[in-house]
Amino acid sequence: MKIKQISIFLENKSGRLARVTRVLADNNINIRALSIADTTDFGILRLIVNDPDVAHRVLKESGFSVNSADVIAVEIPDIPGGLADPLEYLRESGINIEYLYAFLTRASEAALVVFRVEQIDDAIRVLQEKGIKILGGEDVYEL
Amino acid sequence: MYWDREYETMHREKLRELQLERLRSTLDRVYNNVPFYKKAMDERGIAPSDIRTMDDIKRIPFTVKQDLRDNYPFGLFAVPMDEVVRVHASSGTTGKPTVVGYTKNDINMWANLMARSLTMAGATRGDVIQNAYGYGLFTGGMGVHYGAEMVGATVVPISGGNTDKQLMLMQDFSSTILTCTPSYALFLAEEGENAGLDFAKLPLKAGVFGAEPWSERMRQQLEAKLSIKAYDIYGLSEVMGPGVSMECRCQQGMHIFEDHFLAEIIDPGTGEPLPFGQQGELVFTSLTKEAFPIIRYRTRDITVLTDEVCDCGRTHVRMRRVTGRTDDMLIIRGVNVFPSQVESILLEFGETEPHYLLVVDRRGNLDDLEILVEISEKWFSDKVRHLEEVGGRLKNRIASVLGISARIKLVEPRTIPRSEGKAMRVVDKREI
Repeated sequence: MKIKQISIFLENKSGRLARVTRVLADNNINIRALSIADTTDFGILRLIVNDPDVAHRVLKESGFSVNSADVIAVEIPDIPGGLADPLEYLRESGINIEYLYAFLTRASEAALVVFRVEQIDDAIRVLQEKGIKILGGEDVYEL
Repeated sequence: MYWDREYETMHREKLRELQLERLRSTLDRVYNNVPFYKKAMDERGIAPSDIRTMDDIKRIPFTVKQDLRDNYPFGLFAVPMDEVVRVHASSGTTGKPTVVGYTKNDINMWANLMARSLTMAGATRGDVIQNAYGYGLFTGGMGVHYGAEMVGATVVPISGGNTDKQLMLMQDFSSTILTCTPSYALFLAEEGENAGLDFAKLPLKAGVFGAEPWSERMRQQLEAKLSIKAYDIYGLSEVMGPGVSMECRCQQGMHIFEDHFLAEIIDPGTGEPLPFGQQGELVFTSLTKEAFPIIRYRTRDITVLTDEVCDCGRTHVRMRRVTGRTDDMLIIRGVNVFPSQVESILLEFGETEPHYLLVVDRRGNLDDLEILVEISEKWFSDKVRHLEEVGGRLKNRIASVLGISARIKLVEPRTIPRSEGKAMRVVDKREI
């Protein structure tokens, strides 16, 4: 139920993002989803890729600071209110969301949202009890 | 104008005799009262009585800053604590400062030497001395203060900072002499200019600037902007504080007060004494101090000494502006900073092999310190909040250990330049 997200520390200077994506391309890694959190001095690039272990290794070998974290990918109906429901369930259970980001799938009616929460097991339980579909690694990596 | 004509113009031969007599007395006292010095001399197989000529001093081992740290806090004091009336301290590399002490006589001697220094800058009873050196553990503030009082001038103990008030009191109190770091003086000058203040119309006539390196270019700026004569003063807490040497009106080097301090120039590599005129590391031995005598202290400051007669009539040797250091110490906003202090903080934060770079620059005449720190696996998190917390905690810890604030910038691994495998620790962009 958990999927692996890798994060990369990026200084705010030109060419860093291009370098990351080039390293991934050279190693035949496909990016499924990404988001960047940025501050004045630095950014954190978060990626869902088809092979997180290899991506982690090759980026580290290329000199980047890399971190892996478990996240959950939730499939929600691509309609108004689709995101409101799961967020409401999590709030009711006192589960704080660190951050989230959405990505689209090919030829699907659903939208996918990646959630980063502290209490990941609780979050999975709550969402499943409410009938929300949580994707496993094999679903996401092979999208 | 002299404060103490007899000693300031003493014939050099007589001065050497006085120095030898005082040196032997000092060596006696440290040998009998400070275990560190006794051990150091015993290990060399020498006793104070073996020092018969000034030349013999080279047989005595050097003292270095680490010795002060090793004997923290009062281990090098040569008198019982009930005779110590004051302590001062300077920043240390591991958070522990190096501590020095003064007896009543020491304070009096220091005040006299500061009075001598201020007199060299033209101070008299009629002057108003605005003392913008920091008061506290740092020797600058109180050192100048006691000397100014001994001269009989009016002291304004405003301490550092508080620029608007500095400018207000300078006008309202008709300050005639400003004492502070040269960079702060320049900052005051520019702030005053911005506020429409015409320094030429103020009674301010002289500045006594020290505690950090500066240049002839800065002197010209200060003299022009503040409409004063700018004097260079030198000192370090380990030896006494400000007033170890001071420029006279000729401004051709600082006279070292040789009746109280014995100065040597050594080759920093071999430790061999060098003749006058050659550049090397300045080494001091105190000749009259009681609480904290210091023997052959390696200042790490690089300079040149000359004993040519000065037009002012003083016979004491002159030292040129300090042109560099034999270690990596930086002076930032008047505070001594060692890159190793930053390293030890990073080690505290769990770094095993920290990579960092101190970038010092001057912005609007004030020193600016930015510390680049390579982010490590250990610290890196996918959460911005965590990284900002690490940066914030580092910033606080650095401010408390170094005594100055710095901006912390986290950078990617292996982006700080290394030369021959060893990381470069400092980039000093200041043009002084």
